[in-house]
Amino acid sequence: MNSAAQTAAASPAADFKKWAGWVVGIGIWLLPLLWINLTTYLVLTVAGVTMGMLLFLTASGFTIILGLMDVINLAHGAFFAWGAYTGFTVLGLLNRLGWVETGTLGQSIGSVLICLLLALAVGWVLGVLLEWLVIRRTYGSHLKQILITMGAALVMAEIISICWGPNDEVVLTPAAFTGSVDLWNVVIEKFRLAAILVGGGVFLAMHYVLQRTKLGIIVRGGVENRDMVQALGHNIRRIFTYVFAAGAALAAMGGTMWSIYTREIRPDMGESNLIFALIVVVIGGMGSVTGCFLASLMVGLAFNYVAYSVPTLALGVNIMIMAVILLLRPSGLMGRS
Amino acid sequence: MPEFILSLHQVHTFIGQHHILQGVSLQVPEGQALVLLGRNGAGKSTTLRTVMGMTPARSGHIVLGERDISRARPFEIARAGIGFVPEDQAVLYTLTVEENFRLAMLHEDEGSYARQERVFALFPDLKKFWKSKAGVLSGGQKQMLAIGRTMVNDHRLLLIDEPSKGLAPILVDQLAEALNQIKSHTTIVLVEQNFHMASKVGGDYYILDDGVVAHQGRMEELAQDHQLKQKYLGIA
Repeated sequence: MNSAAQTAAASPAADFKKWAGWVVGIGIWLLPLLWINLTTYLVLTVAGVTMGMLLFLTASGFTIILGLMDVINLAHGAFFAWGAYTGFTVLGLLNRLGWVETGTLGQSIGSVLICLLLALAVGWVLGVLLEWLVIRRTYGSHLKQILITMGAALVMAEIISICWGPNDEVVLTPAAFTGSVDLWNVVIEKFRLAAILVGGGVFLAMHYVLQRTKLGIIVRGGVENRDMVQALGHNIRRIFTYVFAAGAALAAMGGTMWSIYTREIRPDMGESNLIFALIVVVIGGMGSVTGCFLASLMVGLAFNYVAYSVPTLALGVNIMIMAVILLLRPSGLMGRS
Repeated sequence: MPEFILSLHQVHTFIGQHHILQGVSLQVPEGQALVLLGRNGAGKSTTLRTVMGMTPARSGHIVLGERDISRARPFEIARAGIGFVPEDQAVLYTLTVEENFRLAMLHEDEGSYARQERVFALFPDLKKFWKSKAGVLSGGQKQMLAIGRTMVNDHRLLLIDEPSKGLAPILVDQLAEALNQIKSHTTIVLVEQNFHMASKVGGDYYILDDGVVAHQGRMEELAQDHQLKQKYLGIA
């Protein structure tokens, strides 16, 4: 059969699969309008987008690490938790200076920025150490990676318990981010807007770096064929370390934002977030930042709509979405087949 | 100034348990195209991958100019001045032609851009498809891209593995013409099954057989030696 005939024969099924991801995404976004009133729907949509942006911060690092390095890093959630505890500590210290609970708008913004920068630094350092001491010895063996990163996650969570105690802690919210704003009768928490701005900004920055810079070309090339990128003169091992550290830093940043958003932290908080990150990466497609972004929004929206309508199905619905996407597009929304 | 740009001394390479190169020694004179010939599985591609450090030698020495690169990593070897065009072209399909060139360009300076213009003169199609994804190029264009992107650097040596594979005869002739132009300024080691192309481009040759050098000489002498061609290459 020639290629034109093959295309013609395959086109209905192929077309359906090509568009299936978009159909599912738009369905998740619009279907709840059938049973949720408009005002509640808009509030839930903002909450879903916020959650999606926060998930994206963690999952984007996970997908790059998996796509470029072929490393299954189950310690990724631990970086998230370390970021959360970094934010908690920094906010506590800044509060003594009067910057957090009673601070001005500038001090509130400044405290969040300081938290994010320190979380990025902590995540970066932990990422470099973990890649250098542990991950480097497991390249090429998924089984070793799963076992050793699971161990690393337990150790990192345990260190948190030792340093900060095993109990839940309450995280302070900077004064300017408490309360809500009323936009056309839709009440939106202020910090949600900040989270959307940060998540969207990180997505745009990642998109710029990956699409427009030489480093981005090397990373995208490395995802496709790391041997060839190496033969073209690029030290892929060093780039692996940087990518791993950047992924860890993003997870830590996500942890800080998440902790301020939910106002509570606990040592094992990385585990539940890792499950969400895994779901997002599978839906979006390994190695695709845009796929990860769309999948994060899909998961965040679905979780919020279903949590409002049928709370017991909130996590289950995302596993169902993942199963449907896998059946229709096994490589995910934007992953390579 | 060494007489030979690349020398291999008793190089042994294993892939898993298989002993592929069993003591290969060869020398590449500067300023010509040296051809590696041999049947499938003789070790030609493995020789190039060993030089590039992608399938590292277990023993022996590989010397580029005066530097021993036997234990160097692939990116260090590329930066030392060797460009590699693998058998499967290995263009990055999800990147555009432009991005493939940027990826290959080790220094984005005037010299590199001047060499890029020289590539456009040699392979005009690459400029035509500059913003297209490499995955949509034809087989011949992919081969041009794979060769062209290595030429943007000031490499001293190009290792090219079976560039004519899967190409139409007219494209093979065009490619041979391009390689003849390239060898006027860069030394080439060419692995080639297509004897017609090899004899158009090559100066010296080495025949590999079962992982050892079985014969060496000048291409024009080999073209006349039907017995040797029959014995090692299976052609009359």
